Order: sequence, then C-alpha cells, then structure tokens
Amino acid sequence: MSLISCKEISKIYKMGEVKIKALNNISLEISKSQFISFIGPSGSGKTTMLNLFGVLDKPTSGILKVIDTDISKLNYVERAKFRGEHLGFIFQNFNLIPVLTVFENVEYPLIMVKSIPPKERKEKVLSLLDEVGMLDQKDKLINQISGGQKQRAAIARALTTDPKIVLADEPTANLDHKSAFKVMSLMRKLSHEIGTTFIFSTHDPKIVQEVDIIYTIEDGVLVNREKRSKK
Amino acid sequence: MNNIIKIAFRNLYRQKRRTFLTMGIVAFGVLAVLLFSATADSFKNLIIGEITDSMLGHIQIHKKGFVGALDNLPLDKSLNAKQLKTVEKTLDAIPEIEGYSYRILFGGMVSNYLESTSAKFSAIIPAKEDVVVPLLKDRLKKGKFLQKGEVLLPELITKGFDAKIGDDIVLVATNNDGSVNGQPFKISGIMESVMGPTGKYGYVHFDDARSLLRMDKIQVSEIAIRLKDFNDMKKVYSTLNEKLGATLNEKGNPVFEVHTWEELSPFYNIATMIDLMALFIQVILIGIVLVSIMNVMIMAVYERTKEIGAISAMGTLPSKIRLMFLFEGLFLGVFGSIIGVIVSIFAIFIVNISNITVAFGRNSNILLQPEISLSQIGITTLIVIFVAIIAVLEPAFKASKLEPIEALRQN
Repeated sequence: MSLISCKEISKIYKMGEVKIKALNNISLEISKSQFISFIGPSGSGKTTMLNLFGVLDKPTSGILKVIDTDISKLNYVERAKFRGEHLGFIFQNFNLIPVLTVFENVEYPLIMVKSIPPKERKEKVLSLLDEVGMLDQKDKLINQISGGQKQRAAIARALTTDPKIVLADEPTANLDHKSAFKVMSLMRKLSHEIGTTFIFSTHDPKIVQEVDIIYTIEDGVLVNREKRSKK
Repeated sequence: MNNIIKIAFRNLYRQKRRTFLTMGIVAFGVLAVLLFSATADSFKNLIIGEITDSMLGHIQIHKKGFVGALDNLPLDKSLNAKQLKTVEKTLDAIPEIEGYSYRILFGGMVSNYLESTSAKFSAIIPAKEDVVVPLLKDRLKKGKFLQKGEVLLPELITKGFDAKIGDDIVLVATNNDGSVNGQPFKISGIMESVMGPTGKYGYVHFDDARSLLRMDKIQVSEIAIRLKDFNDMKKVYSTLNEKLGATLNEKGNPVFEVHTWEELSPFYNIATMIDLMALFIQVILIGIVLVSIMNVMIMAVYERTKEIGAISAMGTLPSKIRLMFLFEGLFLGVFGSIIGVIVSIFAIFIVNISNITVAFGRNSNILLQPEISLSQIGITTLIVIFVAIIAVLEPAFKASKLEPIEALRQN
C-alpha cells in the first residue's frame, strides 16, 4: 500500500511576472516503513517536494495523495489537522522552542496537537527520549544542549504523535559529520524499528549510505531512483 | 489550555528587559490614572462636601423664578404657608430625606451708627440648619453661633467696616410692601466665605428676619434639603420634580422649582472639568497600553516567525497559536496592572502621610487625603486588560495566519 502517491505533479511559483517551475511532472509512490532520501543540488526542488509531501503546500497540477488523501482538497485548518494527525517534521534549524525544556519540547505535539492523558504522555515522552539517548538531558533548556542533541530531541518530538511519515528537510545541514552520521543512523534505526517512513532531503551524498531508496532531483525533474539493499 | 497559558507565560522570559519595560510602562500608566483619580476625587469631594454641608444642602426648593432672580432676592417670590404645606407633605413622604430647613434670603444695609454698607443675609432656624448643613458652624471664624437678636456678619464686610464681636449694629431692609424697616442686632460672630451662590451671606435668626421684614404670615425663600445618602440625590430630585412639578398656579404654570447643588454651585463645572481630566488621563493610559503592548507583540511575532512556522507545520491549529499570543499580551497587561496598582497604593499612602495641603479660592489649607476605591482599581485594571487584548489581536491573528512554508523560510 502506498503512503504517498504522486501522479504527474508540478509546482510553479510566481515571482511577480516570472513563473518558476520548481517541480516538473513528477510521479512516484512511497510505501510504508521506508527510509528515503531526496538528493540534489541547492534549488533542485527537494524542499518543494518535501513541502508537498508534508501537506504544507499544494501542487499546481497533478494529483498528490498522502495517506489516501488528496491534499489539494484540504483547506488551511484541515491541512493543519492532517499534519498533526499523520506527519512528523524535523527541521534543519531544529526549531525547538527555547523557553521549554527538552522534555517539554518533545511533549509539545502531544499537548497542542493530540489530547493524551498526562500520565500516558509522560511515559511516551520518556520512552522516546530514551530511544534517542536524551533521557539524561530532559530537564535542560534548548540553549543548554549541543546541535546534535537538539536534532535528537527534534527527532523524538517528530515521533511523539506516532506519525506514519516523518519529513526531514536537510536534517544534518547544521551538524558536523560525526553528529550527522549519528543522526542518520538513529533515524534509520527508528524507521525500521517502529515502522515509520522517513523521507529526508540532503545535498550531501556522503550521508545517504544507509537509505533504502534515493531519489535524485535536478532542476525540478526526477532524474534517478536508486533502490539500496537493506543491511 | 493550561499548557498554552504555560508557554505564553514563559514566552515573557525570552526578552526579559523588553517584557519588564513594557510592564513598567503599563504600570506607570495605571499609577498616573489611579493617583490622579484618587487625588482629584479627594479634592473634589472635599469641596463638594464643604459646599453642600456648610451652605447649600443637597437639594433646594424655591418658588418658580426665584433662582433666576437670585441677585435681587425678591421677597414676592417666596413660598407661602399653603405652598409650604404641599412641600412639607411631599418631603415627609420621602424616606431618603434626612431633614430640611426653611430660609429667608434678603438684602439690606448694615450700619454701625457711623458708617453703613450693603450686605445679603440668610435667615435660618439654627436647629434645623444643624441637620441640613452640619458644617455651617465650622465656617464661624470668630465669635459664637447664632441666637435670636444676633447677627453673623460675612467676613468680607468686616474688612473696611468697623465691626467687632459684641458690637451693636442696625440692619435695614426693604419689606414686602416696599417700605423700609430697621432693627438692632448684636454681632455674635464672623462667618468665613465659601464658593457658591450664598457663600458670602451673613446670617440672622429666621424669627428676627420675619419681624425685620414685617412678615405677618410665614414666607420662605428657599428650602434646603439634606439626604441620608448623597448618592440618592438624582433619585430624590426626580421624585421631587415629579411630585412638585404637578402643582400649578391659577395660570397653569408650575409653582415650585427644584435644584440640586450641581445646578446652584459653579463648582459643579470645575468638578466636571476634573472628571474630564481624569478621562483624558485614562485615554492616555489606553494609548500607552495599546502602543506598548502592540509594539512588543508585533516584535515577538516577527522574531518568532520561524518558530511559528515550525509549530504550525507540526499541526498546531491557528486558534491555538492565536490563543498563545493573546495570553502573552494579556499577561503583559495583567502584570503591568498589578505592579501599577501596588505602586499606586504605596504612592497614595505616601501622599496621605505627607499631609499635603492645597489652596482653592479663599480656602488656603485644603488637606489632600486621596483614597482609592476597589471600583476604581477594578475599572482601571479592566480597561488595561481590555486594551491589552485589543492591542494583541492584530499580531495574534497575523501569527495564526502565517503560511508555515513562508514562516520557516524566514532567517
């Protein structure tokens, strides 16, 4: 069963009178529990692709179904509800809330997006923090932890709502190589352990060694699909 | 909801200096309003109390046309026995009335046998005046209060006119029929002047005035009324107007006219001005709160655009983002108000123990005793909270409508 189904989708941005074709006629299917990477140079359309999969944007043409839902038919609030229900996000700049502790940041989606009883919420957050190796940092504020730790906290936050898909736009761009590999290994491990599909974008080919499928995008066109054998 | 409040509260700590500066500005505005209101109200109430309790009473009843001709003090516009009976019947039926007193107002000449000067007098029944204007006796600058055969001279006459306590003088006045009559009196005291229509009048006994003015039958220029509760004035005034207004003379015109102290004293206009100034200060407070909170919240939304984009991307509903900013603005208003109220109470306490006196008119020693009421605090705080919510609406709505993609793109 496909989690994401794209049929000839294109995305055109208007910059004044100029039209920029960010994605051109892309068709693909993404299944459950996969660890997928979109690679390509800056401006190739990776982020646009992830924005569409993340229901943050709508295609200009074509049909995009995310978890059997045609996202073009959703309004602003419905899209927000959909994202909260089914998707998780990891950002390049982490975007953790600085006034909250690590624990509270991970807990945030469970409070603001889903209503879960406090006891169950606490157990869930602690278990996730344990998974990402951040349990001992749980009471620290965001400015008291390192970049790699921030991204691990962000991964835990993305997973708290049990999303079917986690989208990560350049999740290692602000990390050193060692931390980047650690984060990638963690995401892959979680993807296979809990059955969540991870889709991330990167322009760094070195860190995509562990992915299941690599999509290469250039100038808004899908130029290659490379399936890797699972280790 | 609790967690939205918690995040909103913690957001205040992001820019501590800016938060405390904004709260400080709000607190200063609250202080300005409360301190001004308390001081101005203290001054106003003091003067109103002096005017009503030492001269006018709360409400007065006259024969129709008397107040308009007050400068001439026409005796023919006096209330007669039949009319007084109507008034008495009406007044006795109103439970809010503490008491009332008859007065005859007249003008005449004062002579010390060597020189003479003109003066105006209010003829009173001292026991009744005690109830209606309990502070009248406090206006006695020298001597003792009034008895039959005695006169209390206004202090203005005594300047340049040789008259001392215990001296014999003659009052000469024109009677009802146009003839002139004189009567000897002993000066028992000198009365301090106050602001208002009869504030510079001398006083004689009601019975003495009747004999001086050769009034065989009772005639009354004005009836001064005191209420049990000053705040019932409007209610009693309309009751009196309704009941006495129905009494018409043979020509079909009203017999009586009823006035509150506000219509009789020029200080009412000053009191209105004071209220207006308090309103202006409140408008300034609204401006301060509006601008400072709106400014700080616009900055907050601008600075946190990326973060708003992130929480929006995670599926936070626009209504929750809106609420978060609304609570943040609300906290600025509430905490600013609380600080302002605490500082105001302290400032008012300092003014009270400092025994600050001000001069007004002929009164040079008015002691300011500002008081702050719970309703004043409540109204001011509610204004601040209301304005804080108004101020934060625009930034909150802007934040909730941000497109996550655009917001995440911001550097």
